[in-house]
Amino acid sequence: MGSNSEQAGLQMHMEGSNLVLPLSGNWVFAASRPDFKEVREFFEASQQSIESICLKGDHLGEWDTSLLVFARLCQSLAFEKNLMCSFESFPEGVQKLVDLSFAVPEAEELPAKLRASWPENVGNRTLIVYAGLVRYFDFVGRFCTDVLAFLLGRSQLRKRDFLLLLQATGPQALGIVSLLSFLMGLIVAFVGVIQLQKFGADIYVADLVGVAMTRELAAVMLGVIMSGRTGAAFAAQIGSMRVNEEVDSLTCFGISTMQFLVLPRIFALILMMPLLCVCADLISIIGGMVVTIGISDVTMLQYINQISEAVTLNDLLSGIFKSIVFGVIVGVAGCYRGLNSGKDASAVGFAATSAVVTAITWIVITDAIFAVSFQILGI
Amino acid sequence: MKSTQNKISVRGLTMAYGDYVVMNDLNFNVHSGEIKILMGASGCGKSTLLKHLIGLEIAREGEIYYDDERFDPLSGSIDQVRRRFGVLFQSGALWSSLNLAQNVALPLEEYTNLKKAEIREIVEFKLSLVGLSGLGHRYPAELSGGMQKRAGLARAIALDPEILFFDEPSAGLDPLSSRRLDELILQLRDALGATIIVVTHELASIFTIADSALFLDVKTKRAISEGNPKDLIDSDQTPAIVRDFLLRKPSA
Repeated sequence: MGSNSEQAGLQMHMEGSNLVLPLSGNWVFAASRPDFKEVREFFEASQQSIESICLKGDHLGEWDTSLLVFARLCQSLAFEKNLMCSFESFPEGVQKLVDLSFAVPEAEELPAKLRASWPENVGNRTLIVYAGLVRYFDFVGRFCTDVLAFLLGRSQLRKRDFLLLLQATGPQALGIVSLLSFLMGLIVAFVGVIQLQKFGADIYVADLVGVAMTRELAAVMLGVIMSGRTGAAFAAQIGSMRVNEEVDSLTCFGISTMQFLVLPRIFALILMMPLLCVCADLISIIGGMVVTIGISDVTMLQYINQISEAVTLNDLLSGIFKSIVFGVIVGVAGCYRGLNSGKDASAVGFAATSAVVTAITWIVITDAIFAVSFQILGI
Repeated sequence: MKSTQNKISVRGLTMAYGDYVVMNDLNFNVHSGEIKILMGASGCGKSTLLKHLIGLEIAREGEIYYDDERFDPLSGSIDQVRRRFGVLFQSGALWSSLNLAQNVALPLEEYTNLKKAEIREIVEFKLSLVGLSGLGHRYPAELSGGMQKRAGLARAIALDPEILFFDEPSAGLDPLSSRRLDELILQLRDALGATIIVVTHELASIFTIADSALFLDVKTKRAISEGNPKDLIDSDQTPAIVRDFLLRKPSA
């Protein structure tokens, strides 16, 4: 490479039937360069027939890939018109690199998406939805048979993995669950006290906090927290295992992914959710108490008395039962989305997102169903 | 050789993860325009050395110099130095949310003021160099492992880097692609004058492309031999373990 500081230049001219392209100056991206279009235009406008193209590099200064790109374009123009293309006194290696770039012919592919008529589109969409449904039922079916096999003692959980999962879903979630349920109790009590004080009925705030939290709010909130915390983690973990082909290798060893990955996670949630729910009940009631005795005339003893009269065993048990169901929803959504994740980084992110969205949606829907059926059953 | 011709110079480099020392007291130079092979048995720390050279790991002891300037991964100006690097990672490390053309174009868009059309031409050229012409619209997930690796190479050379680092470039490639890759490495050096560091234990590649090779010994945790691989086989001073490695002989 010389130390020529001139701008890149190109003096096209004909020598007989030979198109000569002497390149000069610095062919670098940082500076402006002649456009290849000029060559093409010259070609189209030329009256004589051109039989070969010759690139000359005698006065070339510094150069980088821009020169290679230009040379390649000239060469492809020559191929296109069935001409000879030669390089004269070019820097060593340029021609070889250009040749190398033509060594593998351009891949000609059918466009990935053929334009389809609308009935075809409707059909394709239907088939995709149908395939998704089949996958889903396959998952649920195998989940049920594997649970049955476990209950009949035909399969076992790996103890160490299971204990780790118990720790991750239970004790490690305790902090955030406690904090949020304390605040939730606080908020409900605050709203309640302010309204009930107008009627001098402050004491009934205990009923409000106690019943609302134990029956509904503690379980629903727990479900939402766990879907964001644990469900998303399951989906992301299993999803990355799919990216690494870990799930495929389990399948090849004949190890059921259901037994190895899904059941332990869902069982861990089934065991831990009721405990977390009891915890959330208790702490939210304490949160309510703090506000009630702080901003109204109710004493701590009155509050506790009122709570123990207002909250029945049915309230408590129905909340706990719901938390178990929500645990199953969170676990199934997380594992299902993880196992069906695509095989790249963004697909894992999508799996985690859709696990959370699915879980929260189903938690709210099931909660509504429970509310109506408990009403009818008189629980 | 005068020290000014050293593109890279490593002085007393000790690499360690926690308590575990990977390599002790490495000293070597890489000249401008040289193709240097880092070789050794699996697990000897070749890739770790590469990560130290590009500043992804911090040296326990010792220094690395580029053009006689100290390379410090903790300094603020490291990105300036890194812009001169092109790195091909072991599995390609393509960005999965971008297609091949976008993968190659991203560094060009970030670091140059080129027009869209120019970038498109460069991308097409780089992809054609690695034999992936016309596949720019594909996403990494739609490619085989070998194709991903070649696309990673196209991305590594996008900015015409002065120094190229290749981590196991030919592993997982078919013999023909692997040969083409060796050819390309030689051409890149000849045409663009790039300095190239290659981590590999593919003997065919070592003999084809190496100007000089550095053998890292896993037992003594030191670099025990340096030189042109063909000379290393002939020389009497070469330790037996290096010669066995180069001749594919199981050591006694």
